Amino acid sequence: MANGNPTLPALLGPVQSAGQCLLFLLRMLAGIRPRLDLIQSTLQQTYLIGARSLVIIMICGFFVGMVLSLQAINALEQFGASDQVSLLVGKSLFRELGPVLTALLFAGRAGTSITAEIGLMRATSQIDAMQLMAIDPVQRVALPRFLAGLISVPLLTAMFNALAILGSVIFAVGVAGLDGGIFWTKLQTGVYFGKDFIGGVWKSLVFGGIVSLIAVYFGYTSKPTGAGVGTATTNTVVLSSVLILIFDFILTSFFV
Amino acid sequence: MTEHASNTIQADHQAPIISVKDLVFRRGRRTILDGISFDVRRGSIVAFMGPSGAGKTTVLQLISGQLRPDEGSIQVNGQEVSRMSQGELYRFRRNIGVLLQNGALFTDLTVFENIATPLREHTNLPEALLRRLVMTKLNAVGLGGTEELMPHELSGGMARRVALARAVVLDPAIMMYDEPMTGLDPIAVSTVRHLMRETNDALGMTSLVVTHNVVQMTKLVDYCYIIAGAKIAGQGTPAELAASNDTGVDQFINGKVEGPIPFHYQGAGAAWSLLG
Repeated sequence: MANGNPTLPALLGPVQSAGQCLLFLLRMLAGIRPRLDLIQSTLQQTYLIGARSLVIIMICGFFVGMVLSLQAINALEQFGASDQVSLLVGKSLFRELGPVLTALLFAGRAGTSITAEIGLMRATSQIDAMQLMAIDPVQRVALPRFLAGLISVPLLTAMFNALAILGSVIFAVGVAGLDGGIFWTKLQTGVYFGKDFIGGVWKSLVFGGIVSLIAVYFGYTSKPTGAGVGTATTNTVVLSSVLILIFDFILTSFFV
Repeated sequence: MTEHASNTIQADHQAPIISVKDLVFRRGRRTILDGISFDVRRGSIVAFMGPSGAGKTTVLQLISGQLRPDEGSIQVNGQEVSRMSQGELYRFRRNIGVLLQNGALFTDLTVFENIATPLREHTNLPEALLRRLVMTKLNAVGLGGTEELMPHELSGGMARRVALARAVVLDPAIMMYDEPMTGLDPIAVSTVRHLMRETNDALGMTSLVVTHNVVQMTKLVDYCYIIAGAKIAGQGTPAELAASNDTGVDQFINGKVEGPIPFHYQGAGAAWSLLG
């Protein structure tokens, strides 16, 4: 049966990879203990991949807020409802654009860096050296980076949202001449903390987990060559981006 | 089995510390090692020599449990390495030091932290004692004062010596060196060779060395195995090998082009590809 169907191996490959990736996740999670060195290295990685992504996230957030405001005012003006701009911007940002765009930017900025770093450690035998020193590289190298991604993405999403609202208010009030009081009132009364803001935070936590898991897994399993590390880095961005959009639909449909 | 894999390698000075029997290892259809057997005497330095791709490094990887043999047995102090679980292997490896070909220093850590890593991971020493131990090892390899440098600030020879200090920081019973002299200048080669001998004798270790360097090998090791064609092509002390009449041993030791050890890769169609 298997020999007669050429599509079967092509289907089995991704399923097998997904299974190995989940086993890798379980292997990481099995090693979580309240150890001082794990806390220290997680904080260090949170700084390296999270805090250092802050500038790009803030710049992008600001301009996304401006352009959202611009388009919303153009559309709402036709119905005489341009004072509803903050409602539209707030809902779309907190529920969808904030978590999704932050995760996509994080995949490009930090996910690639994680994959390349771990892949290079494999190519230069540092992973082998750890195993020979009886140190588990999954716990030592992969776990802190995974946890750091999980912590960073929701925080970065909050910063993205904050800067997007700032960009939006600057355009709407400063450039388009809308009333500031109405802008803030509509935002306060129409956007709900639990449903809109916390829903987005849950999404960003899932996206952070997806990007970080893919980044550490592809780095850890990359071929120990220049081309191997390059391919793993590309795969991290491509697969992370696709999965973020797929999971966004699933989460929005069923949970948020 | 857990008891077997205890991190204490007990001293039985009569028995060989490493005993390999009928070892077979394949990569796909290619047989890398075909039924090789050898013993390593406690306290000795033993070299594995042979042409590139002969399987010398594979022997070290099999003994350290990085690879599993297809057939045969590998006993280290009576423990069967090939059947150890991951946890047992990690406990077993606490008594093994390995110097990899490129040193494999952790590029994000200083020299001090590189050497301190095994101590931090496997002991609960107070910081002052840990610092003293690290500095003792660093001074022993002649690199006192480099502790705050990063690996990219070191020369190739210095990096190799730091890696040696890291490999011996837990005072392992067995030390493995993979091409420790490749790419080093003559002074660094002599320095590393002296360090290997002194470390082996001072700490009562047993050392396995993979090397191509015939001249340095004759000055350093107690016994040598030449691996070629997936078999042990020759063995003996450096003096015995130098006096050997075996054509394969003579070809390798004296670097002759003609002889039973082939230069070309033994793959199908190598000759035909020139015609097409």
